[in-house]
Amino acid sequence: MSDWSEGVFETLISTGVRQAAYVPDMGLKKLIDLCIAHDAMTTIALTTEEEGMGVLGGAWMGGDRGVLLMQSSGVGNCINMLSLTQSCKFPLLMIVTMRGQYKEFNSWQMPMGQNAQEILKLAGVTARMIDEMDAVAPAVADAAEEVFAENACIAVMVHQKLMPVKTFGK
Amino acid sequence: MADSDTYPLDRRDVAQALLEGRDGLVVVAGLGACAWDITAVGDHDLNFPLWGAMGGAASIGLGIALAQPDRRVLVLTGDGEMLMGLGSLATIALQKPENLAVVVLDNERYGETGMQQTHTAFGVDLPAAAAAVGILVTGTVRDQGELDTALPVIRETPGPVFYSIKVKAEELAFVLPSNDGVVLKERMRKAMLGGTG
Repeated sequence: MSDWSEGVFETLISTGVRQAAYVPDMGLKKLIDLCIAHDAMTTIALTTEEEGMGVLGGAWMGGDRGVLLMQSSGVGNCINMLSLTQSCKFPLLMIVTMRGQYKEFNSWQMPMGQNAQEILKLAGVTARMIDEMDAVAPAVADAAEEVFAENACIAVMVHQKLMPVKTFGK
Repeated sequence: MADSDTYPLDRRDVAQALLEGRDGLVVVAGLGACAWDITAVGDHDLNFPLWGAMGGAASIGLGIALAQPDRRVLVLTGDGEMLMGLGSLATIALQKPENLAVVVLDNERYGETGMQQTHTAFGVDLPAAAAAVGILVTGTVRDQGELDTALPVIRETPGPVFYSIKVKAEELAFVLPSNDGVVLKERMRKAMLGGTG
């Protein structure tokens, strides 16, 4: 299976993204590692996803473009802080890797995973589910262009079938 | 434990002292009293007073500080607001922005909701927490003498800096900034970036 991480990373660099804030996911491992390894990217490990709305809003006021990398389990953590993004019309680019969707081995991931896209929409985020490998990087490129030109708030959600399957060793 | 009704420092006087001769200082104020305090000192294009986003002030300051490393950034927030975003201090500690100072005006109360006591009224020590997660410069201020010593540290010492300034619990007149988030964002961006904003 080919991987979408490098294409997405190249897209982020070429669109001028210079702050990558993240809470990790196995599906984001390669992308986060690429961000950490690149001198031009400031990589910011968060303790909870909601910090990302603050950090990236501040980054924008200071002249930096940013991206928030997170898994769908973190969507619930973002809700109140998305009011900052909405009230100030901060641009917000999110890449959300999905849990609770396909070959999910942990049933506790299902409630948030099954509802993450609708919850983001209710919070004012344009949420696009991408389920084809070759479509991820172009979707991020389109979203980035729209986010930073229009002060939009867009989550590119990467379907779980495009991620490694976690089996707890079974 | 002393009751914060009797603390000697007045929060508006402290805000005035912190912002004296501010030049290019960027100020992010947590929602509630701190937003009113910085506005009472004087509205400014480099003020970003929050009307919501509780727990987010320090994170916003971090994003600005990383994008503008040559500019001093002061986050001025309340104890309740800081408690809601305590993890952001750990995030700041990892980035080690030398130009960022986070100052809590700690009246040990939730001022906007009826002056209920916060965790700091029961001994939760925010500077100790900040030091424990790796914030390099931390301290507590309880009187004018300690404030005089802390002011140059907050304004100039390479950080990240975290201070708790214990202030009297009192309900003061509202001095309200614009609540138009787009206006607040755009003026800050223009003030920092000039015509490219």
